[in-house]
Amino acid sequence: MARLKFLCDANRCIDCNACVTACKNEHDVPWGINRRRVVTINDGKPGERSVSMACMHCTNAPCAAVCPVDCFHATDDGLVLHSKEICIGCGYCFYACPFGAPQFPQATNFGSRGKMDKCTYCAGGPDADLSEAEYVRYGSNRLAEGKLPLCAEMCSTKALLAGDGEIIAQIYKERVVTRGYGSGAWGWKTAYGETITVT
Amino acid sequence: MTHGLNWIRALVVMIALVVACAPAMTRQAGAQEAGAQAVNPTAMSVQADDLLQQEGKLQGYLAQPDPKLAILEQPQGRLWRAFHESWLPWGSGILILAVVLLLGGVYLLKGPIQADEVSGIKILRFNVFERFTHWLTAISFIILALSGINYIFGKRYLLPLIGPEAFGTLSQWGKYAHNYLAWPFMLGVLFMIVVWVKDNVPQRGVDWAWLKAGGGMFNNTHPSAGRFNAGQKLIFWWVALAGIVMSVTGIMLLFPFAAFGVNGMQITQVVHSVVGFLFIAVIIFHIYIGTLGMEGAYDAMGNGEVDVAWARAHHDLWVEDQLRK
Ligand code: HEM
Ligand code: SF4
Ligand code: SF4
Repeated sequence: MARLKFLCDANRCIDCNACVTACKNEHDVPWGINRRRVVTINDGKPGERSVSMACMHCTNAPCAAVCPVDCFHATDDGLVLHSKEICIGCGYCFYACPFGAPQFPQATNFGSRGKMDKCTYCAGGPDADLSEAEYVRYGSNRLAEGKLPLCAEMCSTKALLAGDGEIIAQIYKERVVTRGYGSGAWGWKTAYGETITVT
Repeated sequence: MTHGLNWIRALVVMIALVVACAPAMTRQAGAQEAGAQAVNPTAMSVQADDLLQQEGKLQGYLAQPDPKLAILEQPQGRLWRAFHESWLPWGSGILILAVVLLLGGVYLLKGPIQADEVSGIKILRFNVFERFTHWLTAISFIILALSGINYIFGKRYLLPLIGPEAFGTLSQWGKYAHNYLAWPFMLGVLFMIVVWVKDNVPQRGVDWAWLKAGGGMFNNTHPSAGRFNAGQKLIFWWVALAGIVMSVTGIMLLFPFAAFGVNGMQITQVVHSVVGFLFIAVIIFHIYIGTLGMEGAYDAMGNGEVDVAWARAHHDLWVEDQLRK
């Protein structure tokens, strides 16, 4: 069984935001919601690196643990998906998420923030696969069509990798060995409790 | 003539310029050469895990205008999770159970504090506005407390009973109740402070004596007290202070990120829930005393009138004061 993960090779990411745009377009994400974003560390300084970040689909996910209505479920592939029908928009998942992934349509309206929205790994939600309801709530379900997330597919430098954790880790290791350097698997220790060591 | 002179002047300036710039230019070329040799991406490469360890969290520049998303990684979320999913439910669960068991024990062993004093004559203890204020605060408090408890214990006990859909709907309504009834509650606390603060100023002699006698609970005496005894004053000051803390943190939670970043929101939430449960524990005690625990006490807030004899026994200084008027 695959364990689907994301990996951003920060030595390749050029901060072009194509992944962000592809995601917004693919899922018709409302204005103001960023399922994926690119953060630049050490901006304008030596050692500047850009990292594309979305929900990491954590092992033992913190968002799922703190949700007061238990609206998350983990798929067989290790994805962390949620039900907008059950979500009450309390915002606790955002406080617990290490990566700032959960997003809300309203910043504030007496605390009624609307239903939480986040990266689905292009895998939709609990509604029937490829149904209209699923598209409206969660965007398209590329996994059900046998495809991988569009952000990674769209990435021009192939900095962003999506797929089975072991395979993308292997690709990353080969890159690091070939070019002789790498800045590490961003967020992996926090999300998956393990990191990629290249020896 | 003039033309020739100008020409010479220009030549001199040009030579001077070249002489002045030459060292700088060679320096620059040298730097470029050295730079080409020094480009060593491994040395320059930041290491994600090291950076995270040094800084405690990762943040940087973001194209989207949303400062909270400029934080790439905040592992503090895991600590907040530990608080919210383990310390908080265990701590608050034990606290509330302990208070209920203690009061249940007192009731069973000692029974209610009897009101033997009956004169048949009534005296007004709380006027209409005071009672309105009390019940406004009390009713909104109870709903706030129940919907607040649901945020933590609902998924543990209620969800398995009624299923995820029904529980989701209920919690959505609970959230609306919590968010909107917060306002009458805050208003109630405000009124309460205004109408009762003058009767709750501590009086060293009387209040100390009352506390030392344990309010007369253990030897069935009635130590002297004014309109409010020292125990009631403690409750008043607790409600005032905790009410303010709950209001301030609650408003911060209602308008998330208006004042704080994500770590600030986590702390706000911790304060809101910890003080919230202490508040609930204190109020359970207060409700017990006001209803089951002491005969005759409820009437004061029910229809506002109490028996003069009861009042003499429990609030002697206040009755004297009233009769003098
Ligand atoms: C005074 C005005 C109050 C305001 C503005 C307020 C607001 C809030 C907000 C916004 C939340 C977050 C959940 C949500 O978005 O719905 C919350 C949670 C909570 N509130 Fe309040 N609240 C107030 C009073 C109270 C009182 C009086 C209590 C207790 C008796 C209480 C107990 C709780 C609890 C236990 C939680 C859940 C915390 C958690 O899940 O860790 N609140 N409140
Ligand atoms: S990255 Fe955030 S939203 Fe995604 S699984 Fe982890 S905690 Fe949940
Ligand atoms: S916002 Fe929704 S998904 Fe997130 S913790 Fe609250 S109820 Fe759960």
